[in-house]
This record gives sequence, C-alpha cells and structure tokens, in this order.
Amino acid sequence: MSDAVTVCAASKIFPLARGQQMVALEVIDLTVAPGEFVSLIGPSGCGKSTLLRLIADLDQPTTGSIEVFGKTARQARIDQDYGIAFQQAGLLPWRTVTGNIELPLELHGVGKAARRARAAELLALVGLSDFADRYPDQLSGGMQQRVAIARSLAESPELLLMDEPFGALDEMTRERMQNELVRLCAETGAAVVFVTHSIPEAVFLSDRVVVMSPRPGRIREIVPVGLGSAGNRDDGLREASGFFAAVSAVREALHGSSGAEVRGEETLRGAETLRGVETLRGVETP
Amino acid sequence: MILAPVILGVVVLVLWQLAVVGFAIKPYVLPSPTAIGDQFGRASNTIWSGTRVTGFNALVGLLLGAVLGILFAIVSALVRVFDEVTLPVVTALAVVPIVALAPVLYTMFGAGAETGRQLIAALAVFIPVYVNTLRGLRQVRPVHRDLMRAYAASSWQATRTVTLPGAIPFLFTGLRIASSLAVISALIAEYFGGPAAGLGKSITSAAAYSNYALAYAFVLGSIVLGLVFYLLTLALEKFATRHSPA
Repeated sequence: MSDAVTVCAASKIFPLARGQQMVALEVIDLTVAPGEFVSLIGPSGCGKSTLLRLIADLDQPTTGSIEVFGKTARQARIDQDYGIAFQQAGLLPWRTVTGNIELPLELHGVGKAARRARAAELLALVGLSDFADRYPDQLSGGMQQRVAIARSLAESPELLLMDEPFGALDEMTRERMQNELVRLCAETGAAVVFVTHSIPEAVFLSDRVVVMSPRPGRIREIVPVGLGSAGNRDDGLREASGFFAAVSAVREALHGSSGAEVRGEETLRGAETLRGVETLRGVETP
Repeated sequence: MILAPVILGVVVLVLWQLAVVGFAIKPYVLPSPTAIGDQFGRASNTIWSGTRVTGFNALVGLLLGAVLGILFAIVSALVRVFDEVTLPVVTALAVVPIVALAPVLYTMFGAGAETGRQLIAALAVFIPVYVNTLRGLRQVRPVHRDLMRAYAASSWQATRTVTLPGAIPFLFTGLRIASSLAVISALIAEYFGGPAAGLGKSITSAAAYSNYALAYAFVLGSIVLGLVFYLLTLALEKFATRHSPA
C-alpha cells in the first residue's frame, strides 16, 4: 500500500508587492505512513499550516510534488480521500449539528436516510448525541470543535488533516479532546497530519513530531515519539517519564541543541535523565 | 423597558395639549392632540382607505425593488464585469432624489395609474437591498471557502450551501432599511400629482382646505403605516438572523 502522504521536494513561495517574494516553505520532504500520526510543530511563520494546505490541495506548491495515497493531491481532494478540520470549527450557523455533520455527505450525493444514520453514529462517537438538533450558537467552543471533527470523519477518510483544531480551547477541554482524538484514531485507523503550537499536545498525540523553523519554513528535525499504541494512551501517559523526556527532546529540537533555552515545568520533573528519544521506544505506559 | 417610553410619550402629549390650550395656539400653527384624535376617529374610514392605497403601493414597490435588488446582487457577485458596469449606475441612482422622478413617471404611465408611485418605491428599495445583499454575498468566511474547496464542491453547490444562506441576514437588514423608504417614497410621490386616493394626497388636500387637525390625522395614519412596515421587516430580520453569531 502506498504512503498516506508523500511530500517530495515541495516548496511554496508567495509573491509580494514590488516583485518581492516570501519563501513560506523551503524544499520539504516528508512521508506519512498509513495509520501514522504526525504532528507539525514550530513557531508562527514556519510554514506548518502552509504545508498542511498543500497536502489538502487548498494551495499548490511552487515546486515539487505532493502525493496522497499515490495520487496527486488534487485528485485525492476530488476523490475525498481526506477529512479536514481547522482552528475555527467553521460550522454553518444556519444548520443544526446534524445538518453540519451531514454537509459533506449531502454534497457528495449520499441519500437522506444514510446521511441521518451516519450523523447519528458520529455524534455518538464524539459524545454529542443529545445535541443533534441544536444550532452551533447553542454549543460551547469545545462542543463546536467536536462537531467539526465529527464532520471531518463523516466519509471515513483514511487521512485526517487538522490545523490547530484545539488551538482556541481551554487547557482542560483541550486535554479531553486530545484523549478523544487518540481514541478516534485507534478506532478508525486513519493517518493524521496535525498542526499545533503545543509541545505536550504534539508529543501526546503523535508517532512522530516534525519540528519546523521559520524564515524560510523548513523541517529542522523529525523526532520519533512512539509512546505506545493509541489504544493504551490515556491521562496516565501525561505523567509518565517517557512523556517528559519526549517533550524535552522536541523542545530542544525547537530551540536548537543548547539546553539554555529549555524551560517549562515539564522538563524539571525527572526528564533530564532520559535524553535521547530513541531510548524511549517501548516505554511502558502506566 | 416598554413602560418608560410610553410614559414619556404620554407626558409629551399632555404638555402639547396644555401648551395649545394655555397659549391659545391657533390650529393652523399647531392643532391640539385631542383635536387630531377627534379628526382621526371621525375620518377613520378615509384614513383607512388612504392607508390601504399608499400601503399597497409601498408593498408592491418593496417586493419589486427587493426582487430586483437581490437578482442584481447575485449577478454582480457572480459576474465581476457586471459588477463593474453596474457600480457607477447604482452609485448614481443612490444620489438621485428618486421622488423627483414622480412627475415624469406620471406623464409616462398616465395620471390615473398608481404605477409611477410603485416604481418610485421600488427604486428607493432597490438600492439598500442591492448594496446589503451584495455585501452579504461577499462575506463568505475563509474557513467556509476552504471547506467547500476541500469538499470539491461545485461553484453552484458552494453558492447554494454557503454563500446564499450566509447573505440572508444581510438581505433582511437591507429589507428593513428599505421598508421605511418604500412607505416614505410612495407617500411623498403622491404630493406631485396622480390619483387622489392615498394618504399623501389626503395630507396635502386637508391642508389646502385649512383642515389642519385632519391633515395631522392623516400624518398619524402615515406614521402608523410606516411603523407597521418597519416592525414586520424587523421581525423578519430577527427571524432570519436567529442563529447568526452576534
């Protein structure tokens, strides 16, 4: 089976006024295996969202090529091979929760009864069955985002593209959503490309964390995390030493190798002894 | 909430009455509220029939102007060339004192027809409906545009599921603004001639016969008519925007 995503020497240059140009992405190579969870992390302007938009065929690369399941990104978009969620839930305010989840199915000609059934199934999956007939303005931000995620799963895609979907949520909601996402991925077996600002979030969710740096956007390092299979990742993992070690590894990759910039309480708690992520493979989660 | 303005209104009426009686103000300067109320009761049949005529003209104008405004807005949103061509025309229309066209239109359609008045109301309505609807059609949120592209939706699908429903609150805002204009235009157009059945004509003829209290009674009828139009379109707007984020 071909890789879920193959980015081959892709770059993105935005033309600016007066003949100037902005290099959003320098030449990028990246592959995502089927079922793999890959996070893109980096400071603002490192091109992580741009890379996601290229994979989604919302923008086209200036050079290089992008393949999704062995097809061009454009063909994959037309064939609806991926589901997508953004930082803003982007629900249609005039449609009910059910109507919003049904939207992609409706656009692609799925019959009414089948749509209803699938929406009910997805609502149960994200724990919002009681809110099927509500309108988005009657839901909290976290609930709206869950609806958006349910919508992205509507057509059972083999690939999920997520652009900071939890970025606007408070920390508690965010951790709960992360737990849910891990569970959803385990249940659906979809590959995920996940853009985030948050190091713990990237580490908790991912098989691999792609650390990017800005001006021009490029991949600085790919940190393998692999904190156990999705099925047994839970809140306990957030307390595990392997988690902290991976967090500091990603942080070091982000800030360069000097330890001087490493800060934050996670690193203070027992992570120092476990430098080097490779040693973490197979760490037991409590 | 409702009590305070009602009390204020009553106080103003009482002061008005007291002023007219106390200073013995002549009716041609200012009739008293009781005199106006008295005329309003006596002439209620005439006022009601006048209201129906003017109201019908305003309604026809409102519907015609709204339909045209919406159609033009959709075409402008879809076809950029059309937008560029119509923009100067609409801008010019917006500054034309539209009721000034009344005598010309009466000549065109004949003095016995209400058509001229209805067209004037339609013209007045067209502009705010067109401008607001077009703005609504242009307000598609980037996240919705991305979503439609990600779904590989055809441009008609995107228009139907995102652009048109998103423009509806704007359309109804335009309609609410236009509703008062429709009544005002239909009414003022009557000042410039045409059939004599409407409220505007009644105001001028009552004043011409020095029956000032009756003139004010017709003015009162016009105010009520304008309010009804406004409140109905306001209710429509509230209904259309009930799920829109504030």
